[in-house]
Amino acid sequence: MSLVIDNLKKSYREPGGGRIPILNVSRFELKSAEQVVLIGTSGGGKTTLLNVIAGITAPDSGSVVIDNIEVTRLNEPSRDRFRAQKIGFVFQTFNLLPAFSALENVLLGMCFSGKGTHRDRAVDLLNRVGLGHRMNHRPTQLSVGEQQRVSVARALANRPSLLLADEPTASVDTANQETILQLIREVCLEHHVSLLLVTHSPEVASQFTRVEKLSDFNRPAAT
Amino acid sequence: MNLVTIAFKSIQQRLLSSSLTALSVALGVMLMVAVLIINSVVSGLFSQPSFGYHLIVGPKGSDLSLALSAIYRLDRPGEPLPYLFYKELKHHELVKKAVPIAIGDVTEQGSFPIVGTIPEFFDLDYAYEKPFQVRGQFLQKPFDAVIGSRVEAENGWDIGAEFRMIHGSADSGHTHDEKFKVVGVLKATGTPNDRTVFISLAGFWGVSGHEKPLSEALDRIEKFGYPVSDALKQKAATPHKHDDHGHDHDHEELLDEQKEVSAIFVLTTGTAQSIALAGQINEGVKAQAVNPVFPMRRLMTVIVGNIRLALLVLTSLIIVVSAVSIFVSIYNSMSDRRREIGIMRALGARRSTVFSIILAESALLCLGGGIIGLLLGHSLVFIASPIIEARTGILVNPLSFEPLELVIFPVLLLVGSLIGFLPGLAAYRTDVAAALSE
Ligand SMILES: Nc1ncnc2c1ncn2[C@@H]1O[C@H](COP(=O)(O)OP(=O)(O)O)[C@@H](O)[C@H]1O
Ligand SMILES: [Mg+2]
Repeated sequence: MSLVIDNLKKSYREPGGGRIPILNVSRFELKSAEQVVLIGTSGGGKTTLLNVIAGITAPDSGSVVIDNIEVTRLNEPSRDRFRAQKIGFVFQTFNLLPAFSALENVLLGMCFSGKGTHRDRAVDLLNRVGLGHRMNHRPTQLSVGEQQRVSVARALANRPSLLLADEPTASVDTANQETILQLIREVCLEHHVSLLLVTHSPEVASQFTRVEKLSDFNRPAAT
Repeated sequence: MNLVTIAFKSIQQRLLSSSLTALSVALGVMLMVAVLIINSVVSGLFSQPSFGYHLIVGPKGSDLSLALSAIYRLDRPGEPLPYLFYKELKHHELVKKAVPIAIGDVTEQGSFPIVGTIPEFFDLDYAYEKPFQVRGQFLQKPFDAVIGSRVEAENGWDIGAEFRMIHGSADSGHTHDEKFKVVGVLKATGTPNDRTVFISLAGFWGVSGHEKPLSEALDRIEKFGYPVSDALKQKAATPHKHDDHGHDHDHEELLDEQKEVSAIFVLTTGTAQSIALAGQINEGVKAQAVNPVFPMRRLMTVIVGNIRLALLVLTSLIIVVSAVSIFVSIYNSMSDRRREIGIMRALGARRSTVFSIILAESALLCLGGGIIGLLLGHSLVFIASPIIEARTGILVNPLSFEPLELVIFPVLLLVGSLIGFLPGLAAYRTDVAAALSE
């Protein structure tokens, strides 16, 4: 099992003083190398869920287990290291560092795993996403589609076991959405990486065999 | 790729503001280097630990003034001593060697100080166990001259060159008609001798106007307690030819009673003997004997030392100011960088890692500025040394290096870390989810 979520709850403090519940997931599973799309409305808690899974945001209660390691019980530095080694992130807004070239952005992804940076691997990944001829370009010198390819390469830099993609095509032009999506699915298959992709778009969701509606298993109101 | 390259990238990204802040550090360090080197040169000059002689004997008065005029040729000499006094001192049992000098004139070209002396002057080492070396020959005939290396370089004189001298200083005095001829050029010594023109005492006295009118001379040697024969008094009483600066040069043999010297360099038979001799001379009313080390050391601590302190404080302040500007620059950039920090955290960077990156950035800026400043400082010294030398006669080695300069680096590293601490803390505390959703 690549990902198991149990009784996960997360709420945010309201400006007024009370707490507003965002997540309440009793059980969610993702098999090894499985690809799932999670569809949900805007503001439904998709990003929050991914952040909790990645150990960026601490849940109120419940557990997240990735590759048999209970991430929610690790202390923060260990969670950070775990995230660096096991989880790849693809963001809606790419989140590339503007001062770094495409290649350097991929190398940056290797920087925090404690396993050193491997230039050859970074070059291979960029070649794989079709940017062999754009390695030394800065993000501003790349099209949005190309930028998202760089971030896909960066997400795979440390051979993760789980890739979290947060609306990866929402900022990409329609012509490129299809190919980006295709690319993400292909590289995940090739590298034997499980994929959890969240989106608000039924069009994107229709590409996947396993489609989950967030509202089906997330019932924040039921506490 | 590592934390330092990441920090370096971030500096590159804000190149203008980074280079300006690094430049301000560089300027501070540059001034500090220049101050340190010039200070060490000046103190090295005035705290020459050794001379080739034990004592300078000169007229009563300020010991510092005597040292400055006799050794450094910077001050005007006091009332000269009778030559008879020199002759007496030369035969003193504690004296191994006594060399008289007459000073007060300068060359017409370049205003280099002229020292009238005897050939034995060059037998005394110019510093401990450092003998003079000459190209050509030392003084032999009365109108021979030996010049220092700077005089050679600046006036373009070589062996065979002829020159005239000016009585007193260049602006007030008058030019003597007599011509001197260069017979030797001294090898550079790094002392004021390099800027000096040596002529023989005989030549110095041979220049008209340098002899004291006989009546005045007799008065003075009587005050020193030397007997004056009636025949001489008679001669003084009869009105004589030229009392003014005569223009008829008959060069009649000058009497010893009329000869005068500005100071006498004395090598005694030993260190203890030099103290004894100085005691004897200083007890008397005729002259003073000075070990030049002491007045120079006093000058150093009282004046040069305080000036150095003031300059060092000033340059430290400059470095503090530039440190503050680095702080402001980094701190202002933090809000722009919240997102970058969030991204790095999402990629698995720990809080301590992003903290270190910011720290590395400010340390790099400080160190980089420091290295540039060091280079600039040495370039400044390199460029300024000939100018300083030309204007003041102080020799500055353009490649000189002060070990104290190296202290700058640990200091800058510390300052850099202090500066980076608060922005680093801001990075440490960044809320990743919030930073990413901005
Ligand atoms: N740090 C936070 N503090 C308070 N409320 C938050 C915070 N982060 C997200 N929220 C709220 O949680 C809800 C879910 O947000 P999010 O997970 O970003 O939704 P989605 O990604 O599905 O659009 C939103 O209503 C949002 O306003
Ligand atoms: Mg979202």
